[in-house]
Amino acid sequence: MTDLIVFLVLSLVAIASALGMLFSRNTVYSALFLVLNFVVVAVFYLLLGAPFIAMAQITVYAGAIMVLFLFVIMLLGAENLPPSEVLPWQRPLAILLSTILAIESIYLVFARARSDASIISPDASVNTIENLREMAMTLFNQFLLPFEVTSILLLVAMVGAIVLNKREKAG
Amino acid sequence: MVTVDYYVVLSAILFIIGALGVLSRRNPLIIFMSIELMLNAANLAFVAFSSVYESFTGQIFVFFVIAVAAAEVAVGLALLVEIFKSKKNINIDEMNSLKG
Repeated sequence: MTDLIVFLVLSLVAIASALGMLFSRNTVYSALFLVLNFVVVAVFYLLLGAPFIAMAQITVYAGAIMVLFLFVIMLLGAENLPPSEVLPWQRPLAILLSTILAIESIYLVFARARSDASIISPDASVNTIENLREMAMTLFNQFLLPFEVTSILLLVAMVGAIVLNKREKAG
Repeated sequence: MVTVDYYVVLSAILFIIGALGVLSRRNPLIIFMSIELMLNAANLAFVAFSSVYESFTGQIFVFFVIAVAAAEVAVGLALLVEIFKSKKNINIDEMNSLKG
């Protein structure tokens, strides 16, 4: 019962912060709401027994990515962009399509067969060291090639970001 | 008693909020944040199923998704800064030329 209450409270915070991100007029508030959402999702990862992913979520998403967002927002002075309504039918169409997507996904969740095996054990007290060791064994044995490709991807992104913002030499 | 369905429904709700953001907002920064929210919702479903099936593959996949999201944000925000420098605004309706 306790874990259900914890889940409901946390999901309310997650959904409210996502909606706050969507409806804030000020872009800085949107970014801060998104940080709150990422932290709540990290708590969900802890509840699900994935402490490494939870910490990676906080450092990479809530730390690095959102700081980069805030940096760019303040660099461009884009806190309060004037609302531009070029397409009057865009917002109703967006709401209609999202509603269709919502109905589809909720239907798919409740249409599939029930099974008791899907209950997440409430007191899954995961040993953090054990989780890390298992994860490292899987990552560096079974998924070694994707891991190396990821490093190349990060290198390419880094070079790309630098090249895009390189100042053109005069002459 | 929390089953995996609860997490899948929460993940679907967060994904739909992100999709609504991409479809309805005109600010490219908000659109980027909505894409991050959608990636995050998918990650939540991955970790939930990884916990149910007691397999680490889902968590590994989330690790890769986080790395790809970081790369995507770095390049995307660099593009936005460059567009702002050449056009002096970041209205997404005016981003209609490849060379500007």
